[in-house]
Parts: sequence; structure tokens; C-alpha cells
Amino acid sequence: MQQIFNFIIRNSNRLLFLLLLGISLTLTIQSHSYHRSRVISSANFLSGGVYERINRVNEYMNLRTENDELVLENARLKSLLFNKKDTTKAPIADSIKGVKPADIIVSKVIHNSYNTHENYITLNSGRNAGVKQDMGVINSLGIIGVIDNTSPNYSTVVSILNMKSQINAKLKKTNHFGSLTWDGKSTGFVQLEDVPRLASVRKGDTIVTGGQSVIFPEGINIGTVENIYKKENSSFYVIRVKLFNDMTNLGHVYIIKSKDREELINLENKSKEKDE
Amino acid sequence: MSSALLVNIFRFIMLLAIQVVIFNNMNFLGYISPFPYILYIILYPVNSNRSGLIISSFLLGIVMDMFCNSGGIHATACVILAYYRPYIFKFSFGLSYEYQTIKLNESLTPERFSFILVSVLLHHIVLFTLEAFQFKFIFDILLRTLFSSIFTIITSIIIIYIIKPNKR
Repeated sequence: MQQIFNFIIRNSNRLLFLLLLGISLTLTIQSHSYHRSRVISSANFLSGGVYERINRVNEYMNLRTENDELVLENARLKSLLFNKKDTTKAPIADSIKGVKPADIIVSKVIHNSYNTHENYITLNSGRNAGVKQDMGVINSLGIIGVIDNTSPNYSTVVSILNMKSQINAKLKKTNHFGSLTWDGKSTGFVQLEDVPRLASVRKGDTIVTGGQSVIFPEGINIGTVENIYKKENSSFYVIRVKLFNDMTNLGHVYIIKSKDREELINLENKSKEKDE
Repeated sequence: MSSALLVNIFRFIMLLAIQVVIFNNMNFLGYISPFPYILYIILYPVNSNRSGLIISSFLLGIVMDMFCNSGGIHATACVILAYYRPYIFKFSFGLSYEYQTIKLNESLTPERFSFILVSVLLHHIVLFTLEAFQFKFIFDILLRTLFSSIFTIITSIIIIYIIKPNKR
């Protein structure tokens, strides 16, 4: 007994070191596994509050670009409004239920990272505003990411510039699906994988979100085709996609509340249970 | 004794604050940012409580991870640096370092520079290895370690010369 105590006292520093190393390595490894949310994130009172203050200063620097984007979006919306083709016929899918399938929460990026392999964005709205895990985040130019963690007033987003992110996307003109990933190299480009070779793809084609995911509605812009590669020994293309968004400069964003999401997930689970 | 503690707490908070507010937003060429917050571990008094250093370094790293959304990579790197600090002292200043009064925040001798260099390299290589977490990025890891280390060392030396605490 005496010897055990002596051992602990003599090696207290080493034991302390091993304990803390164990804790931090566990946190690291846990954060690298995809399906679990991280324990330590910037969606909390302290870091969220600090980032919000920093962001208030930074916002003034970006007023000009922010205004330009708003003007462009306004112009686009106005052109939609003025060129509305047939006002007597409302869109069919929506008119059945009388509600829009997706609701939108306006939010603001208060911290944005893009220099690591796994990038996260912090937003200044959280559970109190109705933000939940796995909601999609977009802005006027295209998609940005998927909500990861939420706190009462803040939330973190898995950016599309995160090697763990996988988003269902398709070619706008032919409806061939693939999954959108990032190779960790350039902030302006992402990769669309597993596109069948049957698809006719050309440089400059538009890539949009696909309807297979319950996170994003179908047809939100992502980017244009830059290069097309053939994967060895497989019948799939890998497409390098140039993003419409400048991920290094983000301001206001929209969080998409998909109302049909729970219904869809329940339905899919039911069919899965039947199979088993 | 308590004034040394106060200086350490002050350093802990100030270095974290400037790291989060200024240096985390510096992205040279898109991916190079300096991490001068580890000056806290480098400047910790030589003969002070070692377990205190290990625990406070862990806290320092955890707070950084919270701000960077990076899991536990800063905590791991900081704890490793804090634990191996005496060995780096031995390497840089020779065996009898404990009996000398080492004041890092005075003029920059080759020994002091080599101590900062080795500490920064150790911290950064652990940090970027854990960040990438895959061996196919080995070249990327080395590149980031190299460039970030250069920037960290430059900013650290500038900060040491600007603040110069303990010198009254």
C-alpha cells in the first residue's frame, strides 16, 4: 500500500500528463469520427459571445461587398417578380397543403474557418430561433453547409469545405446524382464523386443540390464543372466543381427548415424495417 | 510568489485573447496562421510547479479548441509541449539549467532561440498531424508545420520584445 502511494507521488507529473493526454486524444479522435457531434465546440456562451463582438467590428469592413450582394439578389428577385408567367396557376406541389415545404431562418456568420481540413462556421442563432441539427445552410449564391451543434443562441455549421461533409448533388441538366466532398486542398473547389459515366458532362455545366437528401431542397446552386476525371477501375467520374460562393467571405446566411424532413425520415425508416 | 501567479494568469488571458481576436484571423496564403499563444507555456517560470503548468496548458488548449472547433488537437499539443518542456530546456541550455536563472524575456541568445524553435516545432508538428489525421497528407503536414512555425517564431519574438514583463 505504502509503495503504491509512493509510486503515485513520485510519478504524479507523469500520471497527470498521461491522464490529460488521454482526455485530449479521446476528444481529438472522437471529433474525427463522422457520426458523432463534437463535445467541445464554439456553440457556447463564451466563444459565441466573443465571436459576435469581433464580428460586429468586421462587419463594417465588409459593408460594401454585403451591399453589392444584396443589390444583386434584389435585382434577381425583382426580375422574378416582373417576369412571373402565369399568376392564375399557383405551383402545384405547394398549393395542395397550403404551406411552403421549407421555412427560412435568417442568420449571420460570426466566425468562419477555411484553413484546416475540417472547417466549421459559427452562426449567431441557435435553438431559441428554431435551429436544429442537420438543417441546411445557404446564402444567395449557393450552399454553405449543414448545422452540426446548437446552443440556445449559437450554432456551428459543418462547412462544405470539411472533409467529413457529404452532400447529395446532381447535374442540373441531366439529373445524374453524385456526392459532394472536399479533398482539403483549395477553398474555391469541391469534388463531385460517383457520377455515372453515362452522364454527359461538359465544362461549365451547373451543379445543384439533389432531391435525395432531406437536408437541402432540390435545385440550390453549388457551382460549375471545372474538370472531369475518370476514376481508375470504376465506372464513375470525379468532377471538380468551382463554387459560386467565396467561402472565405461569408456574411448573412439562410438556414432552411425542412418541414417534411421528419415525415420523410419516418417513412424511410418504416420501409427499412419492413425489409428487415 | 503570488505576483508570479498573477503574471501567469494575466499572460494566460491576454495571449488567448490576442490569439483569438487577431492571429486566428490571419490567413497568409489561405492556410498559414501563427500560434503565439504557446508563449504561455514557453514563458512559464522554470522552477515553478510542474503539474500546475501541465494542468494550465491543458486548459489553454481546451479553450483554443473551443474557439477553433478543432476537437482536442490544441489541448493534446499543449499538454505534450508542457510535459516535455524540461527536456527541451536540457537540450538547449545544458544539464545544469535548473541552477541557472533563465530569463527568456531578455536579449535573444542562441540558447534561448533554440529553445523557442524546438518548442514551437514540437507543438506544431503534433498539432498539424492530429489535425490532418491521415498519412496521405504527410507533405501537407510538413509544409504547414514549416511555414506556421516560421510565423509563430517571428510573432513570438516580437511579442516577447514588446511586453517584457518581470522587468522592473
